[in-house]
Amino acid sequence: MKQATQLAAFCGDPACTDRPAAFRKHLGVLTATLLVCAPLLTAASEAPSTPAISPPAAAAPPDDGQWAMPAKNYASTRFSDLAEINEGNVKNLQVAFTFSTGVNKGQEAAPLVVGNTMYIVTPFPNVVYALDLSKPGAPMKWKYEPNPEPAAQGVACCDVVTRGAAFADGRIFFNTLDGHTIALDANSGQPIWNAHIANINIGETITMAPLVVKGKVLVGNSGGEMGVRGWVKALDAGDGHVVWTAYNTGPDKEVLIGPDFKPHYDMDKGKDLGVTTWPPEAWKIGGGNVWGWISYDPDLNLIFHGTGNPGPWNPDLRPGDNKWTSGIFARDPDTGAAKWFYQWTPHDLHDYDGINEQVLLDMKWQGKPRKVLVRPERNGYLYVLDRTTGEVLSAKPYGPVNSSKGVDLKTGRLIENPDKLTGTGKVVRDICPTASGLKDWQPSAFSPKTGLLYIPHNNLCMDEEGVEVNYIAGTPYVGMNVRMIPGPGGNRGAFTAWDIAAEKPAWSLKENFPVWSGAVVTAGDVVFYGTMEGWFKAVSAKTGDLLWQFKTSSGIIGQPITYRGPDGHQYVAILSGIGGWAGAIVSGDLDPRDATAALGFVNVMKDLKNATTAGGTLYVFRLP
Amino acid sequence: MRPVVALLLFASLTLAACQREERDTRPQSALGSGEQPTPVTTLEPGGQRPYPTDNKAASFEANAFHLSEGKRLFGWFNCSGCHANGGGGMGPALMDEKWIYGKSMESIHATIRDGRPNGMPSFRDKIPDDQIWELAAFVRSLSGNAPSSAAPSRNDDMMVHPSENRMPDAATLGKSP
Ligand code: HEC
Repeated sequence: MKQATQLAAFCGDPACTDRPAAFRKHLGVLTATLLVCAPLLTAASEAPSTPAISPPAAAAPPDDGQWAMPAKNYASTRFSDLAEINEGNVKNLQVAFTFSTGVNKGQEAAPLVVGNTMYIVTPFPNVVYALDLSKPGAPMKWKYEPNPEPAAQGVACCDVVTRGAAFADGRIFFNTLDGHTIALDANSGQPIWNAHIANINIGETITMAPLVVKGKVLVGNSGGEMGVRGWVKALDAGDGHVVWTAYNTGPDKEVLIGPDFKPHYDMDKGKDLGVTTWPPEAWKIGGGNVWGWISYDPDLNLIFHGTGNPGPWNPDLRPGDNKWTSGIFARDPDTGAAKWFYQWTPHDLHDYDGINEQVLLDMKWQGKPRKVLVRPERNGYLYVLDRTTGEVLSAKPYGPVNSSKGVDLKTGRLIENPDKLTGTGKVVRDICPTASGLKDWQPSAFSPKTGLLYIPHNNLCMDEEGVEVNYIAGTPYVGMNVRMIPGPGGNRGAFTAWDIAAEKPAWSLKENFPVWSGAVVTAGDVVFYGTMEGWFKAVSAKTGDLLWQFKTSSGIIGQPITYRGPDGHQYVAILSGIGGWAGAIVSGDLDPRDATAALGFVNVMKDLKNATTAGGTLYVFRLP
Repeated sequence: MRPVVALLLFASLTLAACQREERDTRPQSALGSGEQPTPVTTLEPGGQRPYPTDNKAASFEANAFHLSEGKRLFGWFNCSGCHANGGGGMGPALMDEKWIYGKSMESIHATIRDGRPNGMPSFRDKIPDDQIWELAAFVRSLSGNAPSSAAPSRNDDMMVHPSENRMPDAATLGKSP
């Protein structure tokens, strides 16, 4: 290891945050050269037909034009092979049809398309709609209203969102805010089973999209701001009974840590660390929730899921590493047994949940083929892990980071910045990134054609002050006053294309507001994402040049998808509708005069109320 | 003798001048129970009837000690976790002019004691009745509905909005209506 620590000095090159015209021109020439030389280059490389970096075939089967899970496939690439819409003609995109979700809260979900039907699930009250794509205007085929308990809205930390449903074996699986997982007949919308697995009276909600793996529906709980002990459960897809439950704090047997558990780093080795790295009993209310993304590698028979922040945010109440929070587990999907664990942020000081997406890729790393897992993490680093062992191969900041000084690749440990340690009664200023991270849940997309990861993210910093907090079940357990401010440069968001092999950004676009939407990239070399003002954008996958944009009715924080319609043509779909943590000022009508509103996010979003209004609408686009 | 009398007279006069608002640390719980009906709407067929006010509302409302206790309890009972420092989050903003369930002391008291359907927990049996009144008085001060002579004037923590005694009436934001 020639470089044990990678310093957090981000991007000396101004070109990567700001792209002056000269740079763009340069890139254009570069791309042109690349294009001309492409056959030559591939001929020269050792594997002529397969791209240098690609998802494992078993986790990313050939594209069938459908979109059956939010991440597109188990490798979570959010890449579509469809290429009818391309860099040249995307400027002609037109609205094919729209549909109001009837809910004025943040629309974070990805629509699904299976066969001739599109499925969408709304934020609370979590209505599911099936739209018939084979008929003009896509009329409603059926709708299902689960009628969740209204009281659940009070214990959802950051708007009453859901991140979508999943399709498998003729069924639609989705979660309700009040803690139910429900299976519907995809054809008729009739409920098949309904499992009540989370309890709002202790602050549990469910906001993640389920993932269906080998006949099991994987679901975790939210509640990291309510002192909720995190878990992930596998429910039988047939009848909904709980097959296994893995907690992310507490004794090994409840974390499903057994003889197979082989973490790579010493810091994660030992007995019952989920108890001993906490003050007595604190692990019972210690967070580590699973509300983000799960990926699955069929070859290794492993699922990968992150764990949320430790509770409370005020770190003085929980000295220790707080296992197994703010980390990532590899587990056997059949039994839940843990295979390895890696902790992105031991003893988290800033609400750095570790729940973001993990993109599974196979590539050469320093000459050797490796099975890797790529994770743009909340703490600001772009991690490349060996997914068979949990070893960190690379951890480079993909934006401004000063809360830590890099990752020690020998020990795997994040190097804290002693100037940014939070605690009771102490105001620490200018901590970057914020509690919402350099990137929050909003998923990135990977194109094997470019080898680039397209990352929608934030550019924010914050002041923090630890305050006393009491644990009262079912109420917040945070203990931190937070106020956020724009990051360096003043642009609050960015959309960055990260060159995984080169460990650096290829290009980055500035956005005024945080980019709180997901991304999708296609074989037509077009990347789609949305902004909180409501623009739905198409940019070139190679250069980042803006190719087309359309102003939707509300801010976009959803996940774009693309599919082949019954008419054989390519469509692009996105839910528009402001909200989520970043947009709560609008969807929750919060008061901008309080800097700490919405856990400090409102301070940096004061002008959002003048930029957009609430309202959930599906937009679907196609070429004329 | 005479200078002593004069001194006493002087002292009693000065002391009288110093008299402040009473620190009613133990209000009589017998007065007012908060159990009388509290309307949640102004819509009443045929016109609104007057509702009796609660005795406690008046004794807690404009009292500096109770207001500052209310401010402390607002953090202590995790109200601030859901409503931030009045700007809102998981729960609605309490410093604005918009009220779902009414802004009277009685309405706010009922909100805290009994909860509200869309996610406001019921704190009945968790918070003593007098402290609920203190909280209600403080909640009103967040939107400028408390006399500035009584409302809290400083934070012990990071200042995140103007202090309550400088908070303009949210309905007019300091402008004459
Ligand atoms: C778990 C989150 C949560 C906690 C803790 C909480 N609230 Fe609430 N509160 C809410 C929600 C959500 C609503 C909106 C309820 C509704 O619309 O039905 C609300 C409503 C209110 C209202 C009514 C506002 C209006 O416009 O009428 C008041 C007043 C209030 N809360 C005060 C408090 C106080 C005081 C505390 C602490 C004792 C507290 N809340 C604790 C979530 C919370």
